[in-house]
Amino acid sequence: MLQGKVALVTGASRGIGRAIALELARQGAKVAVNYAGSEAKAKEVVEAIEQMGGEAFAIQADVSNAEAVDRMVKEVMERFERVDILVNNAGVTRDNLLMRMKEEEWDEVINTNLKGVFHCTKAVTRPMMKQRYGRIVNIASVVGVMGNPGQANYVAAKAGVIGLTKTAAKELASRGITVNAVAPGFITTDMTDRLAEDIRTEMLKQIPLARFGEPEDIAKVVAFLVSDAAGYITGQTIHVDGGMVM
Amino acid sequence: MADVLERVTKIIVDRLGVEESQVTLEASFKDDLGADSLDVVELVMELEDEFDMEISDEEAEKIVTVGDAVNYIKSRM
Repeated sequence: MLQGKVALVTGASRGIGRAIALELARQGAKVAVNYAGSEAKAKEVVEAIEQMGGEAFAIQADVSNAEAVDRMVKEVMERFERVDILVNNAGVTRDNLLMRMKEEEWDEVINTNLKGVFHCTKAVTRPMMKQRYGRIVNIASVVGVMGNPGQANYVAAKAGVIGLTKTAAKELASRGITVNAVAPGFITTDMTDRLAEDIRTEMLKQIPLARFGEPEDIAKVVAFLVSDAAGYITGQTIHVDGGMVM
Repeated sequence: MADVLERVTKIIVDRLGVEESQVTLEASFKDDLGADSLDVVELVMELEDEFDMEISDEEAEKIVTVGDAVNYIKSRM
């Protein structure tokens, strides 16, 4: 369904990003698998895609660095000659109570999770505008809507991503580019495994569907939003969270 | 160098769907040629391709009229 399309997925070596890269490849897209530090894991994703007969390559870039992002997008254009799909997934957590949060913890999360989305979106806008086609999906979070103790930096970044999504959607709509966000709830990944047990227990109580989600639950929705079937959807935040937010 | 104006004019006519006669050196992209901000960004992108040069965001912001674009391109050739 995504035959002939080229996708760039940030933070695709693990967790939700990995599942998204695999799902887009399964549907026929060529995938640039971005990673910041986990080179071996990113190469495993590339191998998995190649094994299913797809095309992919791993590309290192810290999304908080504008120059690194420009280089990355340039390389994707050189390898695959176009970029149809951008999935802004790269993210980090540095949890701490507001009163104890260090400025570095704040900056690190904002720089990767929010500024990174700005950099990547800006960098692909040029080729997408020329193509008169583009699909951008930003991975937000349920906490960006609900708030969450101990995650002021992460929540602020994710709420920011939702606002950025709406603005980019309005600016780029006339050029055939849609921009949407997916807000995952509690999904089983390395990132959420690190959360404290009491937070996990507390979160489970808030999930009407009474279970944690899997990365594939997010990947399926992203694959829909980047497909032609979703061409009339833009500026939206789709919650995939077992009903946490209604 | 006269053909810089010709080449710029062609791009503007194609992109903005205006008459060639409207494209004068004094014409403002936004006020006279009906371009919105995004149209101007796209025009600059096309000028970069046409003349094989990079125009920085700072320089691009100074391009308000057709003459600004022509003069800038000539200064870089």
